Amino acid sequence: MSPESIIVSGHRACPGCGPILALKYVFNTLGKNTIAHIATGCMQVSLMGGGAFPGGEFPLLIPALHTAFETSGAVISGMDAGLKALGKRDGINLVAIAGDGGTADIGIQTLSGAIERGHDFIYICYDNEAYMNTGNQRSGTTTLFAATTTTPVGKVKRGEYHLPLKLKKDMPAIIAAHGAPYVATASIAYPTDLIKKVKKAIEIRGPRYIHVHAPCPYGWGFPEDKTIEVARLAVQTGCWILYEIENGKLNVTLKVTKRKTVKEYLMIQKRFNHLTEEEIAKIQELVDRNLMEFGLA
Amino acid sequence: MSNRKLISGNRAVAEAVRLSEVNVVSAYPISPQTPIVEYISEYIADGKLKAQFIQAESEFGAMAACIGASAVGARVFTATCSQGLALMHELNYVAAGLRLPIVMAVTNRRLSQPLGMWCDHSDAMGERDSGWLQLYVESCQEVLDTIIQAFKIAESKNVLLPIMVCLDGFILSHTSEVVDIPELEDVRKFLPPYEPDPKYHTLLDVNVPMAAGGGCPPAYAMEFDYKKFEAQIQAKEVIKKVDEEFAELFGRRYGLVEAYQCEDAEIILVAMGTIVSTAKEVVDVLRDQGLPVGVLKIRSYRPFPKNEILKAISNAKVLAIVNRAISYGVGAPLYSDIAATTCNASHQPILLNFIAGIGGRDVTPKDIMTIFEKAKKTAETGKIESDVEWIGLNRTLVGG
Repeated sequence: MSPESIIVSGHRACPGCGPILALKYVFNTLGKNTIAHIATGCMQVSLMGGGAFPGGEFPLLIPALHTAFETSGAVISGMDAGLKALGKRDGINLVAIAGDGGTADIGIQTLSGAIERGHDFIYICYDNEAYMNTGNQRSGTTTLFAATTTTPVGKVKRGEYHLPLKLKKDMPAIIAAHGAPYVATASIAYPTDLIKKVKKAIEIRGPRYIHVHAPCPYGWGFPEDKTIEVARLAVQTGCWILYEIENGKLNVTLKVTKRKTVKEYLMIQKRFNHLTEEEIAKIQELVDRNLMEFGLA
Repeated sequence: MSNRKLISGNRAVAEAVRLSEVNVVSAYPISPQTPIVEYISEYIADGKLKAQFIQAESEFGAMAACIGASAVGARVFTATCSQGLALMHELNYVAAGLRLPIVMAVTNRRLSQPLGMWCDHSDAMGERDSGWLQLYVESCQEVLDTIIQAFKIAESKNVLLPIMVCLDGFILSHTSEVVDIPELEDVRKFLPPYEPDPKYHTLLDVNVPMAAGGGCPPAYAMEFDYKKFEAQIQAKEVIKKVDEEFAELFGRRYGLVEAYQCEDAEIILVAMGTIVSTAKEVVDVLRDQGLPVGVLKIRSYRPFPKNEILKAISNAKVLAIVNRAISYGVGAPLYSDIAATTCNASHQPILLNFIAGIGGRDVTPKDIMTIFEKAKKTAETGKIESDVEWIGLNRTLVGG
């Protein structure tokens, strides 16, 4: 990490917040020669919620722009083109920060355009698996069967329901299919792995995408001091695989030796409290199938 | 030195963008704007314009890219219309709120449904209150000159707002006229390369940590908007000053409004865009017949030039306001703005509200004659026949 911390005191993230930890590692690794675009969402509110106004400190030692929710890919494309046109592009990291909703749902169009055109930027998706900034509504990356405020468990509904072939929308695969030179997954429970990936991304030109799994205590329903534990269990159960795809070549960066059952990850979260044995088995089946695709089963 | 060439309105836009030495162009194709981005792409491909071109994945993306490029200090241009402009709507407020001097050509076209390729002003009217400046032009020469002027206006530290140059789709975008194309070195004297001053301009610099955009509590939001409002009012003087500087170098001036035969006119037709040219011809005919008529062209719609309008209509008994857009449940936007301008003035002409040229319907000299006849009748009787007059409406089609 950069000897000087880029993210300083004054952020407004909740106690036990996963995404703010992800951004601490990301920003401090990127260092000072960085310009950020932060899309509407938890991290925009936490870092740019009050801007420079009294009571709303700006805790980053770099310039950051907020425009809207679904703009990340396109704004960062414009920054890249602008700096290139002015002959000022060299030596500057351009980073787009967005949550799972801003990436996989409302922002997927601008992101797809930016990747496909081959702009030079790093994209960080912090994935807390729902619209947490607005109070936990389901997103494209919400895990199957999870209870959210818009997928509540009632007499006839059993939480999140989507096409039952995937645990959640596979954003890294979508980005990899664009031919991006660097795509990686990461977890806040494995900071050295995340930092290594950011460092690698800095050295590569073109669009680079890192998808960081970052649990939310309030949305997922676990104590504030268990964030890392929950994030680690996601990896140890195979619900979240740590890998990178560099120029099309897959490399699993953490091979779990003693895999735990998904039940251990699910049962410590209130959002899965309602799950039946059959539903847990269905999730296990999807996880196993995914592991097989990675040659890990 | 200059070249005189027969070119379309769209070519005039592209030529002006080349002459303005824009750094970044981002756009998405939509008729009748497409030739603009095609011409610009050719200039870039031939090395005549050293700019980065981003063909975005949508107009929304195009405006977002313009915002990003402008925020790092680039001179930025885009063009769109109709559905594309509507898709940009959210970001038009963002661009104005961030005070970014982006220039956009709008080849005015109707908004769906029903889908129509042709001209009216409903697209730009939807952005009326976004904070963008809006200039409406009537000839290919004015298109070229106004795009060049627009950069200077928007980049002025007394303005720092984005600006739309509105040209009637197809009627102007695809019509060719002889245009005087200035030399690059002459334009450079008028419009040097964009050098944002971090004291005034929104400029992201790695050496200057700052939050640009983001949350704003109620204690500060109104003040931001007040400054935006103030900048629009200040823009009136800037538009005039830039126009004068332009006239000194190139011999052409346009003003905030153009009052044609208005001095002693008892009846004045008020309009924007190409309707003005047709109306001028009709005024010449009617003047020959001894009728005291005139045309007031509103070139600057935002900011709205209240004083210039009141001065131009000081002898008028009736104003015939011709709108190429509709405000549902009320009437029409230009009519409302003129009414708001005259309602507290010492001289109050009778206002007539005409809707014409919707969805590309031609507004012919005959239509203009009809409008003047109706206005003449009102001038004589003092009576208003209808709150809203629909010119050329086929009553059998609407069941009336």
